[in-house]
Amino acid sequence: MSIPRFWREIRQRYKGIGTECGVCNRVYFPPREVCPDCGRDSLGDMKEREISGKGKVLTFTEVHEPMPDFEILSPYIMAIVEMDEGVRMTGQLVGVEFDEVKNGMEVEAVLRKLGEESPSGIIYYGYKFRPCR
Amino acid sequence: MKEKKVGIRGYAGYVPRYRIKPEEIGAVWGKDGKMMGAALGVKSKSVPSPDEDVVTISTEAARWAMIRAGLTGDNIGAIYVGSESHPYAVKPTSTMVGAAIGATPDMTAADYEFACKAGTAAFQTCMGLVGSGMIENGLAIGSDTSQGAPGDALEYSASAGGAAFIIGSDDLLAEILYTTSITTDTPDFWRREGQAYPSHGGRFTGQPAYFKHIMGCTGKMLDELDMEPSDFQHAVFHQPNGKFPMKAAKKLGFTKEQISTGLLVTRIGNTYSGAVPLGLAAVLDVAEPGDDILVTSYGSGAGSDGFYIKATDGITQVRESGVPTIEEVIKDVKYLSYAQYAKFRGKIKRGG
Repeated sequence: MSIPRFWREIRQRYKGIGTECGVCNRVYFPPREVCPDCGRDSLGDMKEREISGKGKVLTFTEVHEPMPDFEILSPYIMAIVEMDEGVRMTGQLVGVEFDEVKNGMEVEAVLRKLGEESPSGIIYYGYKFRPCR
Repeated sequence: MKEKKVGIRGYAGYVPRYRIKPEEIGAVWGKDGKMMGAALGVKSKSVPSPDEDVVTISTEAARWAMIRAGLTGDNIGAIYVGSESHPYAVKPTSTMVGAAIGATPDMTAADYEFACKAGTAAFQTCMGLVGSGMIENGLAIGSDTSQGAPGDALEYSASAGGAAFIIGSDDLLAEILYTTSITTDTPDFWRREGQAYPSHGGRFTGQPAYFKHIMGCTGKMLDELDMEPSDFQHAVFHQPNGKFPMKAAKKLGFTKEQISTGLLVTRIGNTYSGAVPLGLAAVLDVAEPGDDILVTSYGSGAGSDGFYIKATDGITQVRESGVPTIEEVIKDVKYLSYAQYAKFRGKIKRGG
């Protein structure tokens, strides 16, 4: 990933900044310029919306063939989380074992290291999910 | 000493869930790990997950501290993160924490390094800025993922964790009534630029280093305040192992009961810059309004910062915030084998 691309996405990755349609109030993450439901009516009416970070596990799986940056964490759990705002986010589940995870489990977003450009390059941080304490 | 009232508005600590026991480490290096652990007063130490570092630990603690204080990023005018394991040699941890809590861009920030007392150095900076009226609230963080060379005595204790404190003037849950320091040039522990692991002076880290500064700073503060050890309900001393703070406390005239709440090293190891801030956070979790708390940090190199803190009526109100206490955080434990620990800490040389 290029440095400018990572930098542009810092607010999404660190703070879960998405968008909300000013017409139908549907929340989107990642942010959208136009609401797919309202089309041109939403143009210029999409507002920034911070996702609370709280949600419930909708579905999950364990990954045994990891991506290169995740080899050290293998096997790891990936989940689709339905956030309190209604939007769905995909992320790794941490701080929990696979056999402890259940659909509907309440989770919260936490900041974790996602990878790095190289040992001398930029470190990428972003959200993962952990069971609520 | 200061213009405005200064104290703690919010606080929280975070410790990674992974642990390793001294016997597991000793078995690899042909040492009696259990005896080593007993000699150090360490039963297990925390280990960061490969996706955790000082940025993520600081952010976890900072986010919880903000919830406890009922503040948002806009309310924070300064962030100082003290650590000896900042992920970058050049690029501040504090800017990343600032972005993660939504405090950027209207703030000032810097990273501190002073071995194990960089966190309390951050306290003093925030106190100065708040006390002089330059900022309303500052975030002082002490956090580390400390390094111990494989097989070295440090490997049995060097651990990970951190705590964040919001220093302000209003709605205080504890007032910081006094601070004082002593600083000398003492080469007891160091890490040269580019080196992966620190070096130390062995027994030299004790009497002329830890004890001289902890006892000197605490004694100086008690003299200046005209107070006795028995005036305090709680005391927190830097805890590189379980033995040093016990010995220092006894020599100074503090009882085991006064230091037990803030003595976390036996269960989580030495969290370096996080050690005294975490100990203080554990004390604030149980302190009653009006309790007097004495805190003395120690950083190799060397120096100590002392603080006299008094809990206010606000201390009990923040317990409804839903933020986990230090006890709740550190009871989530998963033990690692040495092989897993070596993998997590990057001690295994990999290809590519």
